[in-house]
Amino acid sequence: MHIVVNGAPLQVPAGTSVAAALAQQTPGTTRTSVTGAARAPLCGMGVCHECRVRIHGRTHLACQTVCTEGMSIHTDVGTAPGNATL
Amino acid sequence: MNQPVTQPMTEPHSAHERCDILIIGAGPAGMAAALAAAPSGASITIVDDNPLPGGQIWRDGPQVVLPALAQQNRAALTRHTNVRLLTGTRVVGLGDPQPGDKASALLLEDADRGWTQHSQRIVLCTGARELLLPFPGWTLPGVTGAGALQALIKAGLDVRGQRIVIAGTGPLLLAAAATATQAGATVVRVAEQAPWRALAGFAAQLPRWPTKAAQALTLLHPRLRASTHVLEVQGTTQVQTVRLRKSQRAEETLACDRVACGFGLVPNTHLGQMLGCDLGGPLSGGQGLAVDTQMHTSVPGVFAAGECTGFGGSERALVQGTMAGHAAAGQVPHAQALRPQLARWEGFAQVLQASFPLNEALKTLAQPDTLVCRCEDVPYAALTERQGWIDAKLHTRCGMGACQGRICGAATQHLFGWTPSPPRHLLAPARIGTLAACNTAPTDDPFTPLS
Repeated sequence: MHIVVNGAPLQVPAGTSVAAALAQQTPGTTRTSVTGAARAPLCGMGVCHECRVRIHGRTHLACQTVCTEGMSIHTDVGTAPGNATL
Repeated sequence: MNQPVTQPMTEPHSAHERCDILIIGAGPAGMAAALAAAPSGASITIVDDNPLPGGQIWRDGPQVVLPALAQQNRAALTRHTNVRLLTGTRVVGLGDPQPGDKASALLLEDADRGWTQHSQRIVLCTGARELLLPFPGWTLPGVTGAGALQALIKAGLDVRGQRIVIAGTGPLLLAAAATATQAGATVVRVAEQAPWRALAGFAAQLPRWPTKAAQALTLLHPRLRASTHVLEVQGTTQVQTVRLRKSQRAEETLACDRVACGFGLVPNTHLGQMLGCDLGGPLSGGQGLAVDTQMHTSVPGVFAAGECTGFGGSERALVQGTMAGHAAAGQVPHAQALRPQLARWEGFAQVLQASFPLNEALKTLAQPDTLVCRCEDVPYAALTERQGWIDAKLHTRCGMGACQGRICGAATQHLFGWTPSPPRHLLAPARIGTLAACNTAPTDDPFTPLS
């Protein structure tokens, strides 16, 4: 299955979560904190919201989202205009 | 994957949906509740925010072989045409109730839309989360919860060839170590903060529950060390080393790629509290939802089962879920008949919880600049002068971020003894479109109340 992470193509097994897919690219960052630090999944189960990413313009939790063919993922939540907090 | 993904039988088509019994959470307790209630003919909707049913212990994924019981329960659910399973769906808040409703209406949201779900009865099977305590370096990419490491591996995280340190307390550490090892990682240390004396006491009780004793034997790990806890994780852009405190003031520093820390469990009671349910479950240090002998909470029409009432494992959750399902369907004798079975697993839960008390030293790990609230980047030093949870929220924004205090609330409860205030509307970040849809009037009323 092919996905696109920040514009770069990536191949992942079917059924892989977005969080697991991002972790293939060390260090597997998902978002940027309010003071600018890189963050990655913490709880793995939809509680901590550290893994929020932008997919097709909407914010999703990477650990609770399964990759689909052609999915375009952006790890700019926290830095992109309009994506500062959510 | 073991089974095809269970799809909703009917897609929600309006801003309002109705069912007889609404079950929140599709783990062992939620599945059991649905299977117990289904023969009554009640219309049942189960919602879960994960992509697949199973909860944490029966989490499915690309390379998971589910236990036979999990597969059976999933298959059984699909055979009941009066059960609708909605995965990838979360509760975001309260909806406007309709006249005659016994239970609160809940505002639900999936990837595409939001709607108000009306029901006669609600069964809360919201499970538990890990207690995650702050220490220097815990925000570095590569640090996760112990259960989180399991969840991520099941979701496809490739850990082949990686060195992993697992630290914290309780049997979950060994389960996480087993999952990581099976996935091709090298677990270089399992650091259990409880002393060997506590572990031996726990092991000595296990023969009372033979399946648990057998399970424990398969999980024992040669790198397990007792009286050992994390001090710090070091690295620039990701985890590079972890510093551990061993007994007798000795330390060790281990090179590793991941650190997974879990310090026990916290019942997920936010939704129950928002509905007005009392806390006080006996197997939770008072932190779980209080239930009576029929799994009824303090709020009429609302039942609770599983780890949200206090933790004790999947066997207890299955029994409680079955009882709650029967009771919600009005079949109280069926629920009562399971009391002895429940007592057996509550006994296990008591032994489990008595065996792993947290070392006081874990309250001293955070340094002044260690972030406690990860959403709002609030350091420990900013919280030490605060008088309580509300004071901290008002002055530092601790607990005001996207997770709504689920991580730092439990942490500050442990560190400072603060009691997080009950959650209010909204329960989770929600889209504007969801909120806009929730006030529109229902278009029809096909609802027939339970007799």
